[in-house]
Amino acid sequence: MTLVQDRLLRCQGSWTMPDIAPVEQALRGTAWTQHGALVLETSDIHAFDTGGAVVLQRFLTEAQRRGCEVTIQGLRSEYAQLLSLVASNWSAIAADPPVRPNRGMRLEVWIRDRFADMVRALAFVGENVVASLRVFVAPSRVRWRTCLQSLRVDGVNALPITGLLTFLIGVVIAYQGAEQLRKFGTNIFIVDLVGISLLREIAPLIVAILVAGRSGSAYAAQIGTMKVTEELDAVKTFGLLPIDLLVLPRVLALIVAVPLLTAYADVLGVFGGMLIASNQLNVSFTAFLSRFDEAVALRHFLIGIGKAPFFAAIIALVGCYQGLQIRGGVDDVGRQTTISVVQSIFLVIIFDAICSILLSWWDL
Amino acid sequence: MSLTVQTETPVIEVSHVSTRFGQAVVHEDVSLMVVRGEIFAIAGGNGSGKSTLLREIVGLLTPTSGEIRLFGRDSRELQGSDGRPLHRRFGVMFQGGALFSSMTLAENVAVPLREHTHLSARIIRDIVALKIALVGLPPDSAVKFPSELSGGMRRRAALARAIVMDPELLFLDEPTAGLDPIIADGFDQLLVHLKRLLGFTVVMVTHDLDTLWRLADRVALLGSGRVVGLGTMEELAHCEDPLVHEYFNGPRGRAARLQYAGTVMHQD
Repeated sequence: MTLVQDRLLRCQGSWTMPDIAPVEQALRGTAWTQHGALVLETSDIHAFDTGGAVVLQRFLTEAQRRGCEVTIQGLRSEYAQLLSLVASNWSAIAADPPVRPNRGMRLEVWIRDRFADMVRALAFVGENVVASLRVFVAPSRVRWRTCLQSLRVDGVNALPITGLLTFLIGVVIAYQGAEQLRKFGTNIFIVDLVGISLLREIAPLIVAILVAGRSGSAYAAQIGTMKVTEELDAVKTFGLLPIDLLVLPRVLALIVAVPLLTAYADVLGVFGGMLIASNQLNVSFTAFLSRFDEAVALRHFLIGIGKAPFFAAIIALVGCYQGLQIRGGVDDVGRQTTISVVQSIFLVIIFDAICSILLSWWDL
Repeated sequence: MSLTVQTETPVIEVSHVSTRFGQAVVHEDVSLMVVRGEIFAIAGGNGSGKSTLLREIVGLLTPTSGEIRLFGRDSRELQGSDGRPLHRRFGVMFQGGALFSSMTLAENVAVPLREHTHLSARIIRDIVALKIALVGLPPDSAVKFPSELSGGMRRRAALARAIVMDPELLFLDEPTAGLDPIIADGFDQLLVHLKRLLGFTVVMVTHDLDTLWRLADRVALLGSGRVVGLGTMEELAHCEDPLVHEYFNGPRGRAARLQYAGTVMHQD
């Protein structure tokens, strides 16, 4: 495309953006001699756009910098116009690229951001407490409709998946236990194993994780999108509080739904274990159930169910909070949704661990 | 835009296009033609199918029947992978800007260059800086994200992205809708200026009567799914057809026309 004959560069072909890359490489590889003069013969260029003009202008500036005098021959007038367009904007092009203003010391900023985040989160919890106290003063102000809708979407619609998963977890636990128990001939203890572990820990946790994935993320995405599309601002101009309208109904709905889902999960999980017990360990359904009565104290069930509303509150609050934190555009929605799920599962497990420690202190 | 001499096939040829969404009829037998170098406007009321027609021309939608040719090629090619060379020849500016929110302005403008060319990073940066300067955005806006830009700046940024490849054909969807009159005027002038510099053909969808008077060489007025009027603004303003008359001779239409006449006299 570019031929060097002595002090003459013959330029030809298409100097447009799709084709200019090899030309640019050839020009950059030019062997510069000191203080020479150079002639560009351009009459054979048959297509030229601003890309070509930028490449040519880069070459000209480089030549000038090295003290080489360049004459352009035979450039068509319309191409010359493009070249002068680029030349007249060259100061903007060649200027140092702007940088995003640095926000100062990283660690300091990070600590300050985390701190501000914590304060915001605390304020959010506080607002919710106040809002839920208002429920007792004026129950008619609560958006029961949103509440019921959320109850259906986050509770009833979650039944199949929670049921299936806890059933399978029950099966898995019983299978793993069966192996060990058979060795000692203590088959009947399968009931203790399945019953206590499921009722007390596993069913509430599985339900919480599922709800965090299904509903917590949906809350963050819904509220976040509403924020991006200014729906939340519209709500505020009506003198309504987004907390009353969006957050509280969802929190209430989950507080009701998650314990119910947990009880349902308990039943299906134990049923899964029961099937494996009769299948692998010859523990009949009747034997299993009568043993269940003596082995699994009511408190295990109550502790499991009792943790569920707290899990629910954590998930709903984190989801809504992260949704409200969205500032920028669509991009933020995805990020905050991810954060909401990770954070709510993390907090649920932390809370569960604290419960375990406290309950073992009190010998429960 | 490559300034090569081309044989004069129309840039866009829409022939007998009908569009139906289920029961709803959007277009019925719409035909029009856009020639090289003109500013062609598609006007019409809300819901008259202007934007749908634009989306069909750029290959985002397929008409129920009829044919659309872009540079003599069937626009259905655009939907396949062999449509890339055709895609390089036009730029589209969407109504809301449609800037990618995860990228800075400069990265947004660079997307077509990165996808369609093998240019070095430096040349890409140069071209992007040139286009950002041409649409009149300050250099420091290049590192901003779309959410940090005002509506007018976003519109300019979208224009910079649409013209970054020097397209022969530029599509604008409601370029001035939602802009204040001063910024909208500035945008009109910018468009004329860039068209003179880069020589593209413009097809725009608009119902801004000021823009129509000031910019459009020819206008197609869509109404109830058909082309009810086609011609220069002068011709349409004197058209007897009641639909066309109503559109261009309402209070706003007359005001825009008077203002246009005033600026023309002023220039003379």
